[in-house]
Amino acid sequence: MSTFDNPFDPDRNLRAGCACGQHRSAAEHEQAATALRCEPVESEEKRYEGVVASAVMRAMFPQDMARRAFLKSVGASTALAALSQFFPIKTATEVFAQTGAPEKKDLKVGFIPITCATPIIMAAPMGFYSKHGLNVDVVKTAGWAVIRDKTINKEYDAAHMLAPMPIAISLGLGANAIPFAVPAIENINGQGITLAMKHKDKRDPKDWKGMKFAIPFDYSMHNYLLRYYLAEHGLDPDTDVQLRSVPPPEMVANLRADNIDGFLAPDNICQRAIYDGVGFMHILSKEIWDGHPCCSFAASREFITTAPNSFAALTRAIVDATAYASKAENRKQIAEAIAPANYINAPVTVLEQVLTGTYADGLGGVKTDAKRVDFDPFPWQSFAVWMLTQMKRWGQIKGDVDYKAIAEQVYLATDTKKLMTEMGLSPPASAYKSFAVMGKTFDPAKPEDYVASFKIRKAS
Amino acid sequence: MSTSLRLRAGLVSIVLLAAFLGIWHLATRSAAPVTTMSPEYAKLMGLTATQGKSAMPGPLDVGAKLWEHLKRPFYDNGPNDKGLGIQLGYSIARVGTGYLLAVLVAIPLGFLIGMSPLLSKALDPFIQVLKPISPLAWMPLALYTIKDSSISAIFVIFICSIWPMLLNTVFGVASVRKEWINVARTLEVGTVRRAFTVILPAAAPTILTGMRISIGIAWLVIVAAEMLVGGTGIGYFVWNEWNNLSITNVIIAILLIGVVGMLLDQILARFTRMVTFPE
Repeated sequence: MSTFDNPFDPDRNLRAGCACGQHRSAAEHEQAATALRCEPVESEEKRYEGVVASAVMRAMFPQDMARRAFLKSVGASTALAALSQFFPIKTATEVFAQTGAPEKKDLKVGFIPITCATPIIMAAPMGFYSKHGLNVDVVKTAGWAVIRDKTINKEYDAAHMLAPMPIAISLGLGANAIPFAVPAIENINGQGITLAMKHKDKRDPKDWKGMKFAIPFDYSMHNYLLRYYLAEHGLDPDTDVQLRSVPPPEMVANLRADNIDGFLAPDNICQRAIYDGVGFMHILSKEIWDGHPCCSFAASREFITTAPNSFAALTRAIVDATAYASKAENRKQIAEAIAPANYINAPVTVLEQVLTGTYADGLGGVKTDAKRVDFDPFPWQSFAVWMLTQMKRWGQIKGDVDYKAIAEQVYLATDTKKLMTEMGLSPPASAYKSFAVMGKTFDPAKPEDYVASFKIRKAS
Repeated sequence: MSTSLRLRAGLVSIVLLAAFLGIWHLATRSAAPVTTMSPEYAKLMGLTATQGKSAMPGPLDVGAKLWEHLKRPFYDNGPNDKGLGIQLGYSIARVGTGYLLAVLVAIPLGFLIGMSPLLSKALDPFIQVLKPISPLAWMPLALYTIKDSSISAIFVIFICSIWPMLLNTVFGVASVRKEWINVARTLEVGTVRRAFTVILPAAAPTILTGMRISIGIAWLVIVAAEMLVGGTGIGYFVWNEWNNLSITNVIIAILLIGVVGMLLDQILARFTRMVTFPE
């Protein structure tokens, strides 16, 4: 059964069902899980009311049998009326929806102007922050190192970060070790490998020896995906090609100036290169790993402990925005909301092509892929484990790694699950899932074997 | 003679400007429309790709955009999009604060060092090492220790503008003519009074030259510093427009940075003339 079904339906079982407890059967659960993970349920209020009423009914009739008998004898509407007599469901719903008042209402959230930050950015102009009682300034930031420093300095309460960054910061890689946490993933997919026009005929990565590629940051999914892709094609990314950390906005200019041969970057940068006629789309990152995480929403542990309610409200706003962005029909409107100079500052056409998935490939063709970029907030801990295996593979971390402990410390799957359940969304039951990267299956339970299975890696 | 010279110079300036704009205009003219594209595809592409428009804007584009900015210099569309007037205001305020702090430190310190040969010798190695450090190299250190990006930017301005002032003050104070100091001594003028009535006026032109060099450097550095830390200021504006590959706005910003830099320099030049004396 689902928490959102009618709690006054006598034929309903309040307990049995699938693993997550929200579907009538395991099969239905599977279907819902694969179809769409965060489907908003009708209106917010209705959703909460259902959750509260279910809880009340459960508390009053711990025995399913007794509840059924009661409902059958008096009827659902009478039951509701009777229940409301001595339990104010409306008030309870309001209290439930509000949860704790935020300790701090005026927050600053940093972002990098790329489409990965869509939920963080759109939540401001489209009112998701204010809906959750917050007054948030989203502040554009110059680069990943700056966003890291400003968040560590507490100039920002929370920030948009590349998914591996909070792990790297927590481990003290490239910064002092400061515990950071990820309550939500921003986007999945939505990156691409773009090459300069002159390499139009060099579509086989085996011919890429000696080329120069740009990536946004060392601790980025872009770095790991590009290395993975090259290595699968027999190139050692450390010796056969040159990888440079270049801020995304400068990539297009560098590509035009012939300083680099290509890049793996956020889609709006790829699309901009195509828009300006300097590059073409080689592949989408989706073709390397469909459903890979890219950017995350991160905050320091300190902020979470000192202002837990603000943090929860912020997470709710982000999850809400992400759920909204995951719907294809909202994408055009979002593109318009985030294009102005105050936010991403890019031509609307470019953002629309990224978000709607109908895009020019730079070679004269128009392609369509609705899942080019997608949004799914759930912070899978197996994602974190995978990133750690790649950090190990490429020598960013040395020695023994406690994959599971780090993943669980940084990726707050449990808390987000609770929040999502409260909001009436359906989070997955487990925080670990297996997935395939370029056809090779990753088992989060055996990270060491996975690292050892790669022929091309940095000798440790 | 001097008016006709000025007239001729002005004429040459105008001719040079016109020639520059003309060449610029010709160089950035659109080429012929590029080969055929399906209309559906062309709709998704930019003008550079579809019409062979030069990636570099022409003087007319820049002029039109500049007019647009000048019409609304103080608009405020939220934390990341403010008018050019506001951005320039932020930059000038930052430069002003850092620079004034530097003046407050450099001039008294320079006086002390200049008047005492011992201190002068003792501090010299430090100054020589610190002076050539690029101010932006201080940025990571400042961000890390001060933990506030706008104060860090002010600190960077402070640290870059302090050296020319300090060195010029030291030099100016140390090279006051011995005769004047001796005369003051003969007249039994106290140290403090001697510093203010003899040394200060004598060293003022040198000190102000140092201040003029400093303001120039400070203005150079603020743009780079703001590009790094972001948020507000003309440097941030350049970075934000660079983000959008809007070369037109970048050129406008460059122009304005030049104009403001010139104004700051002219103000200091006027002060310098006020304290200069014939020997």
